[in-house]
Amino acid sequence: MAMSRRKVKSIGAAQSPLLGAAMFGPAVIYILALVGGPFLLAVFYAFSDARIGSVEMHYVGLENFRSILQSPSFRISVRNSIIFTLCSQLVVIVGSSILALALEKPFRGRGLVRFLILLPWVAPIALGAIGWKWILDSIYSVITWVLVALHVFKPYNAPMWLGEPYLAMASVLLVHSWRLMPFSTVILIAGRTAIPKDIPEAAQVDGAGFWRTQFQIILPMMRPIMSVAILFGIIFTFTDMTVVYILTAGGPFDSTQTLPSLAFATGIQGSDLAAGAAISLFLVPILVIIAYFMLRVAHRAEVT
Amino acid sequence: MAVVETRNLTKVFKEGELGAVNNVNLETREGEFLVFLGPSGSGKTTLLRMIAGLETPTEGEILIGGRVVNDLSPRDRRIAMVFQSYALYPHLSVYKNIAFPLKAQKVDKKFHKEKVEWAASLLGIGALLERKPRELSGGERQRVALARAIVREPSVFLLDEPLSNLDAKLRLSAREELERFHRRVGTTTIYVTHDQVEAMAMGDRVVVLNKGVVRQSGTPKEVYDNPADTFVATFLGSPPMNLVENGDVIVGFRPEHFRPAAGVTDAAVPFRLNVENIEYLGSEWIVSGTLVGGSLEGKKVIARLGSAQDLQLGKTYDFAVPHRELKFFDGASQIRVDARPVTWR
Amino acid sequence: MAKGVTHRVQSTVVRVLVLAVFTILLAFPFYWMVITSFKQNLDLYTMENNPFIFNAKPTLEHVQFLFNETRFVRWMGNTALVGMIVVAITLLLAVPAAYALARLSGRWGERLGIAIFLTYLVPPTLLFIPLSRVVATLGLQDTLWALVLVYPSFTVPFSIWLLMGFFKSIPRELEDAAMVDGLTRFGAFVKMVIPISVSGILTVVIFTFTLVTQEFVYALTFISSDSNQMIGVGIPIYLVRGDVYFWGSLMAACLIASLPIAFIYNLFLDRFIAGFTVGAVKG
Repeated sequence: MAMSRRKVKSIGAAQSPLLGAAMFGPAVIYILALVGGPFLLAVFYAFSDARIGSVEMHYVGLENFRSILQSPSFRISVRNSIIFTLCSQLVVIVGSSILALALEKPFRGRGLVRFLILLPWVAPIALGAIGWKWILDSIYSVITWVLVALHVFKPYNAPMWLGEPYLAMASVLLVHSWRLMPFSTVILIAGRTAIPKDIPEAAQVDGAGFWRTQFQIILPMMRPIMSVAILFGIIFTFTDMTVVYILTAGGPFDSTQTLPSLAFATGIQGSDLAAGAAISLFLVPILVIIAYFMLRVAHRAEVT
Repeated sequence: MAVVETRNLTKVFKEGELGAVNNVNLETREGEFLVFLGPSGSGKTTLLRMIAGLETPTEGEILIGGRVVNDLSPRDRRIAMVFQSYALYPHLSVYKNIAFPLKAQKVDKKFHKEKVEWAASLLGIGALLERKPRELSGGERQRVALARAIVREPSVFLLDEPLSNLDAKLRLSAREELERFHRRVGTTTIYVTHDQVEAMAMGDRVVVLNKGVVRQSGTPKEVYDNPADTFVATFLGSPPMNLVENGDVIVGFRPEHFRPAAGVTDAAVPFRLNVENIEYLGSEWIVSGTLVGGSLEGKKVIARLGSAQDLQLGKTYDFAVPHRELKFFDGASQIRVDARPVTWR
Repeated sequence: MAKGVTHRVQSTVVRVLVLAVFTILLAFPFYWMVITSFKQNLDLYTMENNPFIFNAKPTLEHVQFLFNETRFVRWMGNTALVGMIVVAITLLLAVPAAYALARLSGRWGERLGIAIFLTYLVPPTLLFIPLSRVVATLGLQDTLWALVLVYPSFTVPFSIWLLMGFFKSIPRELEDAAMVDGLTRFGAFVKMVIPISVSGILTVVIFTFTLVTQEFVYALTFISSDSNQMIGVGIPIYLVRGDVYFWGSLMAACLIASLPIAFIYNLFLDRFIAGFTVGAVKG
């Protein structure tokens, strides 16, 4: 009896750790090499004077950081990154909550509606952005045409949606929200369907009306999944440079610049790798905070 | 006065198909514990949900306290419901769970505390008020669900198989608690279950349903001793009643009345049983086998005996059933008919 | 009955309204792409014309231009090629890794799972600068191989994550039975687990491919010549001469590049959601 028990154990145990390591080893090594390594390199470059095209590199201490922090473009970028992220998240949470509620019950044509609603998310970011660039074109914008037709503006006198600082910012916000809405909606729908049917019925029997049930029962129960939607939404918006790059390239006059787009402009277009790396490192604090909250949500879900 | 009454209540989910509930007429009595008993798909839960207001009837009327309530929302019917899963709000403490109905009905906040504490003490969960549902055991959750139900002092309790999610050991004590609770509080209760043991133990009256139709309603004794048809006869009692055909009549007898002939003193009908299986359950023996002789040849039957020590597998013995314990059913309609003498064809 | 009916009618009307507004807002740009793609230039660029209708006959000239006079087809080819190779690499790395992590009970399995998840949070906009140097040093500047090398860095973590949840849902008894029957653990993995995981693997294939087609930063950074570019970057960057955008062809290109992805994505949506939520919310 003891012998066969040992034997069974050896099939399980002895093979597992080695085999397990061999199976996830390559993936871990790859990820370490292509994520961990470059991350460390980014830190390294931030303290150097690396440039595109030049091979040599010297240690310059905190020089890059000092000059960045003094640069007005940088301050605008930080401000914009925060504003764009927070505002778009707000819009998205409210909008997707409403949309998820509307889509909850099945109806004829729901599949088609779902397809149409998903388009902003599934289309490659750059293509959606350029679609909007055309819609917001300074001369031929369809929005302008409609507003002129409604006599809100005189022809040739309409605002330049991407050319005036505050309007440009609003446009970037619009595109970010537009892109994120489907993602958030879809996750919230999943969260809603995960709630057992009894609960809203119990609330109904207890005497709660529609709004009370939504706000006091359903939404609180959806908190974990809402957190997931929000946290991912923040990451997708905060670390994105594509929308800004395509819509406004950071302009007019840096008014729509964000940390990632500034990093790109400085590091690649401006050839100043070191400064670019330093700028992009400012993404890290936010990422760490987000990571912390994600882990907390995951941990709490495990506990329940 | 009937607290809950249904008249010609029907619910059809899919047009053209048989309804989940078909033309049900019933009445509860004040303060009684009424059980809806039936297999899954029998319509008992649909019936309960219509009374609660969670499903709209296709036809018929529901009356609570003498008033037609078809158009009233659940909240306005003054009923309380305990769901199979208890449906406790997971993000609220026990206190807040119990207080929720008060909040929802806009009861003045200053009354909340005393009402919650009253309900909690009634169910002995005063110590659990600050806990969250996930920290509670199954039995404790049932008590919280009951407290939440009673805090509004409804006129009817509706319970949808609340014991089926508990494991077997817990079920017994939880069942007793429910019975005690009902005796204490005295509110009219409708209880849905598929477990006939629960129905017999708890019910003042049992309504037996199959395929959306009421087969019989009566006290546990009535439905057990005088089943209205073969469905009721075989649904109640475990192991189920033995049924053998005799011409155009079906003869039924319960396993506990089917004994070795020697021990039967009253006027009895004889059988010969070939024993095929003997199970010893500690408190009794379950002996099953096939009948021997004439038209009964090969029919499978079961007996429940206090002792089976003399019986051996494979041997044939004389068994008997007292005539007055036999039930007769019409072969075509399955409905109970009067007793008659038995001559095996 | 009356009260109930009006309430129901009201809520339906509100629902339809909400859905209509959102659908229009979200899908409008694509409708606009369709119209723009087929409008003649003189119709397109005349401000007085109603933009919502075809004032001149619809035309295929933009589409023709796209296919004949631009590198659009080449970009599609590049994207497909990179997509396929990256999918292969991802499967090779992620499938065994996800399986090992799913079966590894205890702290290590969880820790590694979390660590993998965290790497997904490190964005390309942080890594693209050092990676540009790495790519240049390796001599892969302006080649598709740079992308093939770098893309798995984000497709692999995501895929491991998707697959982990999937493998965890397969009962261990399956492999145990196979091992009792004589297979080694790895053999059980290859012969038993993989065949029944086809749908999970297919999901990974689809999403890896869509991740590849959607990527922008790396492609923009590493690739400089228009013939080596991918669809996500080529369309917005190269369909312009000087300051003039070829809007007609541009919109046609966007449409052609987006719609197939959209169709396939829709089919696999539920799996995708499960992947995102399985880490944070049970069930």
